[in-house]
Amino acid sequence: MSPTKIATAYYTLLRKELVRMFRIWSQTFLPSVVTTTLYYTIFGAFIGSQIAAIHGYSYIQFIVPGLVMMAIITNSYSNVVGGFFGMKFQKNFEELMVSPTPNWVVVLGFVSGGVVRGMIVGFLVLLTSLFFTHLTLFSVVTLVSAAVLTSVLFSLAGLLNGIFAKGFDGISIVPTFVLTPLTYLGGVFYSVDRLPPVWREISLFNPILYMVNAFRYGFLGISDTPLFMSFTILIALTIILFTVAIYLFEKGIGMRS
Amino acid sequence: MAKALVITDIKKKYDTGTEALKGVSFSVDEGDFFALLGPNGAGKTTLIGILTGLTNKTGGTISVFGASIDENRELAKTYIGLVPQEFNFNIFEKVIDIITTQAGYYGIPRRVALTDAEPILKELGLWEKKDEKAMALSGGMKRRLMIARALIHHPRLLILDEPTAGVDVELRRSMWEFLKKMNEAGTTIILTTHYLEEAEQLCRNIAIINRGEIVVNEPTANLIKKHADKSLEDIFIELIGTTTI
Repeated sequence: MSPTKIATAYYTLLRKELVRMFRIWSQTFLPSVVTTTLYYTIFGAFIGSQIAAIHGYSYIQFIVPGLVMMAIITNSYSNVVGGFFGMKFQKNFEELMVSPTPNWVVVLGFVSGGVVRGMIVGFLVLLTSLFFTHLTLFSVVTLVSAAVLTSVLFSLAGLLNGIFAKGFDGISIVPTFVLTPLTYLGGVFYSVDRLPPVWREISLFNPILYMVNAFRYGFLGISDTPLFMSFTILIALTIILFTVAIYLFEKGIGMRS
Repeated sequence: MAKALVITDIKKKYDTGTEALKGVSFSVDEGDFFALLGPNGAGKTTLIGILTGLTNKTGGTISVFGASIDENRELAKTYIGLVPQEFNFNIFEKVIDIITTQAGYYGIPRRVALTDAEPILKELGLWEKKDEKAMALSGGMKRRLMIARALIHHPRLLILDEPTAGVDVELRRSMWEFLKKMNEAGTTIILTTHYLEEAEQLCRNIAIINRGEIVVNEPTANLIKKHADKSLEDIFIELIGTTTI
């Protein structure tokens, strides 16, 4: 395919994802905003007022970046896993398989859909936080890079989940038993510096900790993990998952009989 | 005559151990109207799946208008239009969106596809339904939608996997006329069907596949002549040795 045709195929796939996303906006955009508003109210306003400042910031200011990142992660992931598996389940993924659209364009199309939803929900959750607190911006480049890279990474993870899923159970197991615990234990609600040494060491094996801290650094200029380490992990994992996704598409694993 | 399709020694063995295709070879001339017949489970849909990229093959080679599906996959796919056996479009999408999205996957911009879709949808009697969701269409309209979708990128080779299954006689006849016109205009057509009179009426050449092997491959007229002018249905039963088709 020529570059123009590839661009058309990519735009078509992205458009299809956007139309789907906006058609069911009450399922795609609202839930995270409602949940996070409850977090802001309970943990930020009610309980947070009784918690001492962390690194010089109020508790609600400390948790806002983590909650925004949590929304980005879950929405990027669920958009791709839901969209891809839905197409597979209804067999309309065959429309793409019989077409000459290159595999890398298909991967890029689904991932872009996940990133768009992640960014929109992240922005809405961030906007909601302004009703509860004020935010500082320490490094826009850092926070945008961390948000986009994390969204790409979890969109790819969602795609891999969708490829291997054989039923609707298969698309809910990973988010429920892996993603949610890792996110909650990834320093969203606390600084790992305040944990006992053993738990701190264990936490350092959680990749989401690095993403949350890189994003928090962009707002507050504080991080429990070195920024360089955070971005190295993010980029390395993204490259690995992208390579695996392309390999699975080339071999047709989880797609072709 | 140039070859639209050359299939050489195609094998397919599933992980379960089932050997669906045991070295199938045949070719289809450009401009032909070709029937691929066989009983249920003979390997027709598996072969079409391999040809269109929906199924992995275990061995063999396929070229479409000279383009190998292994070495020049993208080009080979641009030549093929597939009308699968089962409805596989998104029932929540509008007819026109299903068509233009498929066009987009072939690199055709939406504005161009909207223009191209009009004559195809009109010809297939779907133009008035273009803004309706696919779920609102009748069974016959859904079948025609599948044909319209397969034609939007102007394929040189149209593959129809049981396109008239469950379609009433009147609609089946109108689909025959449509396919005849397509073929006369130069499109090579491969048809699988369980209605043998359909193959007899439409197809110039016939291959019969049974248990993963080609048992007959010759012009329809020759086949009928060789079997003392029996009907194709009788010939089929004689060759396959079963009344289950």
